[in-house]
Amino acid sequence: MTALAAPPKDKDRRTFTWPDIGIDWRRDIVYIGFVVVFIAFAILLGDEGFLSTANLLNILRQASIVAVIAVGMTFVIGCAEIDLSVGSVAGLASITTAMVISRYGLVAGIIAGVLVGLVVGAINGSLVAFVRIPSFLVTLAMLGVAVGIAQWVTDSAPQPILDSTYTSMFGSGTVGFLPGLVVWSAVAVAVGAVVLKKARFGRQVLATGANRTAAEYSGINTRAIKFRVMMISATAAAMAGMLYAGRLQSGRFQFGSGDEMNAIAAVILGGTALSGGRGSVIGSLFGALLMQLITNGLILAGLDPSQQQVVRGVIIVLAVALARNK
Amino acid sequence: MPTDGPLAVRMADVCKSFDGVKVLDGVHFEVLPGEVHALAGGNGAGKSTLMKVLLGAYRRDAGHVEVFGRRLDAASIHAAKAAGVGMVYQEFSLIPTLTVAQNIFLDAEPLRAGLIDDAVMRRRAAEILARMEVAIDPAAEVGSLPTAQWQLTEIAKALSQDARVLVMDEPTASLAKHEVDALFGLIERLKAQGIAIIYISHRMDEIHRIADRITILRNGRNLVTAALDEITPQEIVAGIAGRELAAQVSYGPRSAAREGKVLLDVREVSAEGVREATFQVRAGEVLGVAGLMGSGRTELARALFGISAITSGAVVKDGQPLRLASPADAIRAGIALIPEDRRLQGLVLDHSVRTNLTLPMLASLRRWGLVAVDKVRAMSEHLIEQLSIAVARPDAPVRLLSGGNQQKVVIAKWLGTEPEVLVMDEPTAGVDVGTKSEIVRIVRDLARAGKGVVVISSEYPELIAMCDRYLIMRDGRVAECLDAREIRSELDLELAVQGLSA
Repeated sequence: MTALAAPPKDKDRRTFTWPDIGIDWRRDIVYIGFVVVFIAFAILLGDEGFLSTANLLNILRQASIVAVIAVGMTFVIGCAEIDLSVGSVAGLASITTAMVISRYGLVAGIIAGVLVGLVVGAINGSLVAFVRIPSFLVTLAMLGVAVGIAQWVTDSAPQPILDSTYTSMFGSGTVGFLPGLVVWSAVAVAVGAVVLKKARFGRQVLATGANRTAAEYSGINTRAIKFRVMMISATAAAMAGMLYAGRLQSGRFQFGSGDEMNAIAAVILGGTALSGGRGSVIGSLFGALLMQLITNGLILAGLDPSQQQVVRGVIIVLAVALARNK
Repeated sequence: MPTDGPLAVRMADVCKSFDGVKVLDGVHFEVLPGEVHALAGGNGAGKSTLMKVLLGAYRRDAGHVEVFGRRLDAASIHAAKAAGVGMVYQEFSLIPTLTVAQNIFLDAEPLRAGLIDDAVMRRRAAEILARMEVAIDPAAEVGSLPTAQWQLTEIAKALSQDARVLVMDEPTASLAKHEVDALFGLIERLKAQGIAIIYISHRMDEIHRIADRITILRNGRNLVTAALDEITPQEIVAGIAGRELAAQVSYGPRSAAREGKVLLDVREVSAEGVREATFQVRAGEVLGVAGLMGSGRTELARALFGISAITSGAVVKDGQPLRLASPADAIRAGIALIPEDRRLQGLVLDHSVRTNLTLPMLASLRRWGLVAVDKVRAMSEHLIEQLSIAVARPDAPVRLLSGGNQQKVVIAKWLGTEPEVLVMDEPTAGVDVGTKSEIVRIVRDLARAGKGVVVISSEYPELIAMCDRYLIMRDGRVAECLDAREIRSELDLELAVQGLSA
């Protein structure tokens, strides 16, 4: 928004390789890509039912869990860190919630699920911020530890959830015509977007990510910031796990497996810089939607999952290459 | 201008040592409100240490610091800031991805209902910028602005925190002429608002234009404090230059190297920060490049080594213009660069001394396409001996060596490639006194062995001890080319760099 208001004098200082018509390609590529892909599929796949309400809601529903994870990931990457453990944490949260509900009831189960996120986040955050181990290593280790624990305590067996209040609250129910999942992720995105853009904390996250020394000199406690972004990410991941559990009415250690890569791709597509300092939660949401849109279109077009992966990979690289600013 | 109120800054008997070395020894420093007070001194005179004590970044060992009558006791950046001390950093402390307004109010944003009120923030930023009478859009992203405006943003940031004492460290080093004029206009306006400015600079012309008084430090002590109209530029230069020679090196008459073959003929070369530089490097001579910060010294080295592109002109060797599009081209042409920042650009710190020494010449140390361990061993032993590098275990990480020995490793690694021309950027920066004189000896030995050595340095005693000729750089141009016979003392060189006559 600010870039649009820049006076002409500043504009010729920018190093756009594209004609400057008020578009910041890095920031806006995800919206442009979304619209272009949507129109292309609408034309090519209209007969396959792409535009049906059911299909469109389906896209929203399938994108929403990754979108929740991507909200947390936007803070982490904007702060120039990474969190590879989110998928495993989602799996661990799903089985924890399921097992605690079956023994101690609904409320205890919900609390246990959230606790998984807080505990993992505190461990990740302490190791990154205070022990100063690179987040890549910390969360790579946590990726294995979390999924390992989940598989171990469940003996690889799915943990059914019979509590219908839980399943209708988390993921299986609807609010009006909207799937509950979509409502949850809308809330997560809204809170994340406001905090990153309008709260002092969000500004501190981006400042720390762009130039840690300068942030420190401006009086920001950058360690506390690093700790908190790891907390946010793990908590968002745990919430995603609880949504998986609600939607599929069970907890499984495999839930969330591979989601870290989808979430990172969504965040980067959404214009957040991998080097930190620049980030947009709304962009990440559209990154997740765009990827789901592509998957959906490819399924309708009759491609099998192996082919989908190839096409998706190519599209992500293309989009990020187009968005390169310098 | 002197007022009856408290002094803006009063520092008395300030002492500070690092590892037992006294860097500040009972320094007094006083600044009046509404005064521009220049702080000068040679490298290592203690200017930046004194300022870091004032800013609360260093804890003083002894002494007294007051800002507008308020005692500052603890070493705390926050306390100094609260007392009204602001710093305009040489290396900028801004967040490039945030806007001007966001940077000015970083961590002090105006809030409404717990959320940042961007409209109020932009308006207040605009007010501060208007008070400074500078035209910067508060909504522009800092990374997209030219450097001069970064600096103005820094000043605005300090002012937004109600700074009444501004410390500016070489503020004009990266500015163009008209930007300097704009900055000086701003300094005048700030002065009129009663803000005290401590102006650190090596440039005599600027000090004379802008400062009311000057304090010169030498070897961590006060040399003189005087009003600018009572002191001549020559006296100031003598004060800056006249420090004790750090190394036991001095000018010794050398046999003229004029007869050496021309190794590099640089003809009107322009590159980023360098304009139409013309000079020659001959075999068997040491060519010193001297100039103030931002004069184009380092940029010249970068152009010769193929890091920044040469936009016009040519570097001719053996009658053929060289293609210098990359460091690999330069190495092939027999040019080696010993860079300014050895930790960042010169060494792989976690690799062993051996690995570092042989990195540029791995191609010649192979057998059947693989790196031959015995050849690496022989070559590294040879280099370690040649430069007498003090290293207990050549297989230990180079990070464990002292600064001086690290620097010798950087020099040695390039000697292995047998270059004809060595370009050294600040070869004696941050090394101990003993190693300094050793490096001087090594440079002389290289010249005697028929190499052409180009030494860029702001350590004038070392330059004088080793050079046969001098290039004086100013504003990216070679302003003068002087023979060693014309430069017999540090003072001569300092005067030449400043463009003053003795």
